[in-house]
Amino acid sequence: MPAAALIEAEGLAAGYDGVVAISGVDFSLRGGETLALLGPNGGGKTTLLRALLGELPPLAGTLSVAATCGTVPQTERSRLDYPVSALDVATMGTLPRLPWWRRPGRREREAAAAALDRVGLRALAEQTFGRLSGGQRQRVLIARALVQDAGVLLLDEPFSGLDRPSAESLERLIAELAAGGRALVIATHDLEQARACDLVLCINKRQIACGPPDRVLEDVSVLEATYGGAIVEIPGGGRAILPPHHHHH
Amino acid sequence: MQRALAEVVLLGVAGGALGCWVVFYGLSYAAESLSHSLFPGLVLAAIAGAPLLLGAVPAIVLAAVAIALAARVAGVSRDAAVAVVVTTMFGLGALLALAPASPPGIESLLFGDVFGVSDGDLLTALLLVVSVVVALRLLHGRLLVAGFDRGTARSLGVSPALADAALLLLLGAGIVVAAQGLGNLLVVAVFVGPAAAARRLSDRMVPMMLLAASLAALAGIAGLYLSYYAGTAGGASVALAIVAIYLLSLPVGRLRAVRRPLRLPAGATIG
Repeated sequence: MPAAALIEAEGLAAGYDGVVAISGVDFSLRGGETLALLGPNGGGKTTLLRALLGELPPLAGTLSVAATCGTVPQTERSRLDYPVSALDVATMGTLPRLPWWRRPGRREREAAAAALDRVGLRALAEQTFGRLSGGQRQRVLIARALVQDAGVLLLDEPFSGLDRPSAESLERLIAELAAGGRALVIATHDLEQARACDLVLCINKRQIACGPPDRVLEDVSVLEATYGGAIVEIPGGGRAILPPHHHHH
Repeated sequence: MQRALAEVVLLGVAGGALGCWVVFYGLSYAAESLSHSLFPGLVLAAIAGAPLLLGAVPAIVLAAVAIALAARVAGVSRDAAVAVVVTTMFGLGALLALAPASPPGIESLLFGDVFGVSDGDLLTALLLVVSVVVALRLLHGRLLVAGFDRGTARSLGVSPALADAALLLLLGAGIVVAAQGLGNLLVVAVFVGPAAAARRLSDRMVPMMLLAASLAALAGIAGLYLSYYAGTAGGASVALAIVAIYLLSLPVGRLRAVRRPLRLPAGATIG
């Protein structure tokens, strides 16, 4: 029996101050599935992630999210000079279930340590967050989402700035989390990463297409509509998007 | 002298601990602005012979509201709003202070009169320390989240705007109380200097706050002794001692960074 849908969007439109930024979003995602969110800068990937988090109410259509969403932001956005350890950051994930006057205690820190263990960072729990590598920081933030008991993980450009080994180990972790029954939404610019997902959703102000990667990514017209026609055929097969997203943030 | 020592230690503890959050939330400019906009309130209270607190509290509230309103005018940035309001308030204070009706000794409002603190002042400072410590302890987890990444704080059930408001409220209270001892112009030193020094010497929040509080208290004591034996002004001597501690933290912080390179524990995975 297939798992129940954790996210269901039908004709969803969302935006800021009543102005529509994305529209026509239709998809459903079950536990155990990964969805790549593909689109240009300013195309509405972040808007969709914020709508899934419940920060932006639907302006049209419906959206139901049947699990806690844990967000894994780009680590460049958090402060690297901030005085916290990897364990401190993971412990932040316990706050939603504590009353406002309670500080995380021993139990909360144990849960955080277990999550760091889960992402392979037990040995670095006491390291300062800003001194970790980009891939390690990404995994600390994934641990924070796991501590939140998130059934849905929203990852914003998780591969940007990672070297090849870090990216591969992150890919393995993502696959393991999906195998454990979580649903993952991964905003990305990278067609190769998108190909590894169960579903690809192309968005550029509106949903261009959504489906399995072998169907969506092979359709040149879909990619052209997503990226505004800047697709070039590479001799010998394959396509590239011009201009590609700059990966060095 | 004993009262003055107790006052600077109390103010140092509150200012140092709160200052760490001021530094990480980028509120140093706000701290300076709030302290300057107290001035007309202090002068009015001095003219009326009322307790300074009675003048300071309305002045700071008025400044905060005026900044919020001015920032809403289209085309006026927050920075500009703060600058306009603070200059207006400070100018108003100077105007009042220089009026013939003003009593002499008004400069103690600007530079503080730490040797003149009363038992009431000490009690207020003690109350400040207790409230700051209790509030920072209760709010610690949430302040930490909002300061780390404002963008995702909401998804963890923390409102960055509320965190800002709570800090500004504590900062306002701290400035109002500390301005009486350290003076309107120099009070900001105790909220920024020790924290900036501690930040170079520690990379965890709680040890940083303890260190900043100790450094501030130490600077306060050193400043008072300097003032007592060298005959310099009390508030200014304390401010100078804080600056000296900050300058000392620069080479010490560098030494510490060199001696503690990033070490990967055995068994850690790279990537």
